[in-house]
Amino acid sequence: MNYYLLIPFLPLTAFLINILFGKKYVQERAHWVSILAVAGSWIVAVFTLLKVLKGETVNEDLYTWVLSGTFEVSVGFLIDQLTTVMLIVVTTCSTLIHIYSVGYMHGDKGYYRFFAYLSLFTFCMLMLVMANNFLQLYFGWEGVGLCSYFLIGYYFNKKSASDAGKKAFIVNRFGDFGFGLGIIVIFLTFGTIYYEPVFTQIGGVAAQTISFLGYEVNLATLIALLLFCGAIGKSAQMPLHVWLPDAMEGPTPVSALIHAATMVTAGVFLLARCSPIFSLSEPAMVVAALIGAITSIFAATIALVQNDIKRIIAYSTLSQLGYMFLACGVGAYTAGIFHLYTHAFFKALLFLCAGSVMHAMAGELDLQKMGGLKKYMPVTYATMFIASLSISGVPGLAGFFSKDEILWLAYAGPSPVGKFVWAIGTIVAFLTAFYSFRLIFLTFHGEFRGTQKQEHHLHESPKSMTVPLMLLTIGAVASGWVGIPNLLGEVIGIEHSNWFSGFMNPVLGHPEAHGTHAEEWMLMGISVLAGLGGIGLAAVFYLGRRSIPVLLAQKFGFIYRILWNKYYVDELYSHTIVRPTLWISQNILMGITDAKIIELIVNGVPRAIGGVSQHLRKVQTGLLQHYAAIMATGALIIGAWILLR
Amino acid sequence: MLPKLFFGYYAVVIIVLSLLVVTRKNPVHSVMWMLLLFFHIAGLYLFLNAEFIAAIQIIVYAGAILVLFLFVVLLLNLREELLIERFIGTWPTALVISVSLLILVIRAIQDMALAPPGNHSVDAIQAETHTVALGKILYTDYLFPFEIASVVLLIAIIGALVLAKRKMRSPQ
Amino acid sequence: MVPLNWYLMLSTVVFMIGVFGFLTRKNIIIMFISVELMLNAVNISLVSFSHFLQDLRGHILVFFIITVAAAEAAIGLALIIALFRNKTTAHVDEMTEMKG
Repeated sequence: MNYYLLIPFLPLTAFLINILFGKKYVQERAHWVSILAVAGSWIVAVFTLLKVLKGETVNEDLYTWVLSGTFEVSVGFLIDQLTTVMLIVVTTCSTLIHIYSVGYMHGDKGYYRFFAYLSLFTFCMLMLVMANNFLQLYFGWEGVGLCSYFLIGYYFNKKSASDAGKKAFIVNRFGDFGFGLGIIVIFLTFGTIYYEPVFTQIGGVAAQTISFLGYEVNLATLIALLLFCGAIGKSAQMPLHVWLPDAMEGPTPVSALIHAATMVTAGVFLLARCSPIFSLSEPAMVVAALIGAITSIFAATIALVQNDIKRIIAYSTLSQLGYMFLACGVGAYTAGIFHLYTHAFFKALLFLCAGSVMHAMAGELDLQKMGGLKKYMPVTYATMFIASLSISGVPGLAGFFSKDEILWLAYAGPSPVGKFVWAIGTIVAFLTAFYSFRLIFLTFHGEFRGTQKQEHHLHESPKSMTVPLMLLTIGAVASGWVGIPNLLGEVIGIEHSNWFSGFMNPVLGHPEAHGTHAEEWMLMGISVLAGLGGIGLAAVFYLGRRSIPVLLAQKFGFIYRILWNKYYVDELYSHTIVRPTLWISQNILMGITDAKIIELIVNGVPRAIGGVSQHLRKVQTGLLQHYAAIMATGALIIGAWILLR
Repeated sequence: MLPKLFFGYYAVVIIVLSLLVVTRKNPVHSVMWMLLLFFHIAGLYLFLNAEFIAAIQIIVYAGAILVLFLFVVLLLNLREELLIERFIGTWPTALVISVSLLILVIRAIQDMALAPPGNHSVDAIQAETHTVALGKILYTDYLFPFEIASVVLLIAIIGALVLAKRKMRSPQ
Repeated sequence: MVPLNWYLMLSTVVFMIGVFGFLTRKNIIIMFISVELMLNAVNISLVSFSHFLQDLRGHILVFFIITVAAAEAAIGLALIIALFRNKTTAHVDEMTEMKG
């Protein structure tokens, strides 16, 4: 029984119903269709999880899509431990965020459209994670990119929103170009694009080199780096990170689902899925680890000074994605996926809380105009506080376990850059705690700094929004309990408490770690101290003396300006890529190619036809007998040709 | 000898009448010569042992179609008709085309070879009369085309009514 | 016995006279009569073929041609009436709407 087909195709059905009948028939009931479908997917996903726990994995083709010579692609499904984790993450977050959207999007003009896109996104994401070949992965990959574009630009009347949508789409092109090339190289090398044969044969060709752009490159490194290009585009890593902060123009549920919990983690999923390829290429691994580390500290420092509530969380997402890349780069794929899984819950929760705050503040995003919301929105405050504790790595909560595992494996693993990325990771842990609590303190504590009218409007969000918040809080707290480090497990008396690592072992292998228990305890202590230190410092700055941050900003004005302007990356791209492209487009493509060459052809052909026709039309006399005479002449010629030849 | 004489008479009269039909200035005269022409063609059919065809040639062509033509001709302004040129300007070209076609077809007729004869010889037809022989084939092998012919006629009736009907003027 | 060729030549001559009439006359009714003339020419050849091949199918064909000619005459004349009502002329050289 192909029971698992229900997982992707239920949301697809919901999409079709909403997009085809939404405007006229479904209208305000659109959420029922989508929520029922996604919840159905969730139930089947849980069922699948139970099957996989019993050791039943699936790898089969459903339908041959392309068959051309030796090139064969099917719509096929691979369900193993990695897929199952992603299925649970995607369907859980998607279901809760669908429910949340009922309250959040209430009364919006494009209500049915919103739910249609959300369902389509869920379908594409599920196809992406369930693929058993690279092309279907690519299909899902582009599908989620498309949905992301639709949903970022959901308020398409707003110029900044439609621009942000285009930016996300175009920046992703850069990454996907590499990804596409990677798939082509895989096909050229192996003659197939199915995971299974590729991963079993990769060991045999790892030492081969291939000529790429005139250089002899190691084959495994080339494939890994090309796939990595796609991953950094989708997961918004340096240097293609610029689209994610702008993507916050979309509705908040979209930010939570697509730009925090699921789509942006597709890059991490790709790295984990292709771990057999990456593991064979040390350069690619180092690049992944360094890019992850640099992105995480880069984004964390920017987040320190921003005032836009959603952008802070977006930079936090960038930073956490950097963590996951860092984990994959040091060979700790399991830890990366574990962090993906815990991060999905607490980051979706942070976004939804931010949405709830925006809802109360009538769309206001500036932290400096908030404050003291604690007494108006207790549920939002409590859930967001727990999420922030979780992301800060406070022991016992989900974020602690996954972050700690990454840091420990980075430190103790075999990677040549392991110690370096560990150091950066620890600093980032400190910064993360600091900016997360800066957000909490500025939003919920102190006095309200907005206008009277805004203060009057403050209220707790409706049940449809707070219930998903509370459910996600459970995830933000408890989702890490499946991966308690064995060291801690021994203390509290559970053997093999890092159950998650064992579960993923068949797919991702077991990460190497060489270190003593004392070292592990020490590292854990350091990261906990970093987290608590960040929280403490934020409390001093923003609960105690509000004058300190202002003073610091004045004293280190130069650094503050750099951070405030996000290291001027957008400006750099604008000057080096966007403007030259525009110049070439306007002056060469539009000015010469279009105006001179294409216009000449386009206008010349009809003009030539018109000129010839002016003469040819004289043949048409309109006199009946002339036509008849020509017909008779034709008969004469044909007859003569038959009889006299 | 006698059949050839008869045929010669019919052939000459038919050709002359045809020429008269297409060259007369007055359409009424054309139609009248046409009537005479149809009678001679009917005579030729009798000569070829096709009594039934000869009968419907007279009934349908002479009796129905030509009367229709006469009605329509009388609608026209005959006075004006008599004043203007009867042919269009390029008639010599048309003459050349027609004569070339004529030569071509006559040339083709010379090379013709006949298929083996069927089983409806003159004696066989005369034994059961032409109408019965034709009717047997028409109502057996050609029943379906025959029914279609009736539909064609029905459509012609309706079509003629629709086309020739005067448009109802609106009450204002 | 009159040979078949004679009938066929007679038929051809009449047909070509019809063609000539159709190609040259200004009056649309005479053009129409020329068409009838061509049909009759074909009928002559069909009946004579039938006679010489000792086969009645030629007669059947003539029967149907006469049927179609009747229908065609009705429709064609109705068209001419409609045309005459609109243009008050029956001369084809005055109807050149199709001129390019």
